[in-house]
Amino acid sequence: MRISMDLELQDRPGQLKHVLTPISDLGGNIASVVHHHDKKTFRNTVPVSVIFDIEEQTLEELQDRLEKNDVAIVRIGKMRLRARTHILLIGHIIHTNLRETIDEIDATGFAEVQDLSLSMPAIDGPSSAVITIMATGEEELKKSIGILRKIAERKDLLFIEPLDERGSPGGASNEE
Amino acid sequence: MRNSQSTLRLSVIGFGAVGQGVATIVQNVPHIKVVAIADSKGVALMPNLNDVLARKRGGQPISNSNLTALDVIRTIDHDVVVEVTPTNIHGGEPGLTHVREALKNKRNVVTSNKGPLVVAFDELTQLAHTNGVALRYEATVGGAMPIVNLIRDTLAGARVLDIRGVLNGTCNYILTRMAEEALDYDQVLSEAQDMGIAEADPTYDVAGIDTACKVVILANAFFGRHATFADVDVTGIDRITQDALQLARQRGFAVKLVGDVQELTVSPKLIPVAHPLNVSGTLNAASILTDTAGEITVAGKGAGSIETASAILSDVLSLMRDRS
Repeated sequence: MRISMDLELQDRPGQLKHVLTPISDLGGNIASVVHHHDKKTFRNTVPVSVIFDIEEQTLEELQDRLEKNDVAIVRIGKMRLRARTHILLIGHIIHTNLRETIDEIDATGFAEVQDLSLSMPAIDGPSSAVITIMATGEEELKKSIGILRKIAERKDLLFIEPLDERGSPGGASNEE
Repeated sequence: MRNSQSTLRLSVIGFGAVGQGVATIVQNVPHIKVVAIADSKGVALMPNLNDVLARKRGGQPISNSNLTALDVIRTIDHDVVVEVTPTNIHGGEPGLTHVREALKNKRNVVTSNKGPLVVAFDELTQLAHTNGVALRYEATVGGAMPIVNLIRDTLAGARVLDIRGVLNGTCNYILTRMAEEALDYDQVLSEAQDMGIAEADPTYDVAGIDTACKVVILANAFFGRHATFADVDVTGIDRITQDALQLARQRGFAVKLVGDVQELTVSPKLIPVAHPLNVSGTLNAASILTDTAGEITVAGKGAGSIETASAILSDVLSLMRDRS
């Protein structure tokens, strides 16, 4: 699971290792560290934001170790859904039961429909929708795109997905 | 088959837009001589190119002989057959017979005609090999945009992992106009037909057939796929609504008809607006993914008489280089 933590460290050299060592000792993988030297608090501490991937069950242990190291934890954010993509659908989206389409994605447990914009120019004409799907990771995102593609085939909807990423600016992206 | 001098002797088989483009631009090129031009009605032998072009534009017959295109290919002594008859994906004729006969008679072939290559790629490349002549087809994919020779010559040291491209100018024009002017598909299609960008029967372009032909040619040329048209999974652009394009745009995407050569698919795809494949109007673009050079993207004019003729001339000149 990806975790974001806002912490406060004493304004003395060598404090950062009190944060990073416990994370890596518990098998965490650090994605980003930002030291806000310019935003020193009135308590004379320095805010630090850390983003890392770690097993969920080690989180409590990590908090204990940080507190023992005199690190103040201001906020813990769990970013469950990390991968996001947009899919364009064209056809008789409403008539073919939109709710069911969304439910099928949400029922996976690893992905959900985060946003949906629909445009329906005429009641009997084809409508268009852009669906934003978020998933726990890239693999899960691919699976949920596959599910949506099958639904689209079954309901005779035109299914338009982003060009695969391959080192260049592509469709799916990691986001909070 | 070779002339004792350094002049390269061409026949031009097919005298539509591309054939006329070839006749127009070879006039300025030294050491090239057009020995015959054939259209569907007859053959002009040893033509004065300006006269023949003027006659064609004026709707007059160009023929000055009783020969047919096949007679020219079989019996007139020359080096290169430029085969530029219209593409026919059902059986490839008449181009297929032209190309076959040319190769059997040990003449090099330069073509813009996708039909013979889509129907019989392996047979024709084998026939060229057996007869010790070249079959060149840069103009079949992407018009003036270099891709076949770019990969074969310039990128010779890299292994090509995939090629993806926006390979049909008509589709790209329609999608661009729909998105930018918020116009309906039917409206823009009529406009494109008025401008000569789309055919009266637009199916070949808008149903993705033309793009699929290009995918087949690239798959056979660079991935040894032995593919034909039937192997490509094709979805066209004719169901796309302008609402869909606006929704995509609000999310930072354009919709383009993309041919994926490795996957053998043609389908509309969402492309980030900043992506190099997001070219507008009638432009074509292709991204070539290689093992050592990374991804290389080219863009250029995918159709047009002179533009397509430029790709043919590039093939003809590379034949000249090869033989000297």
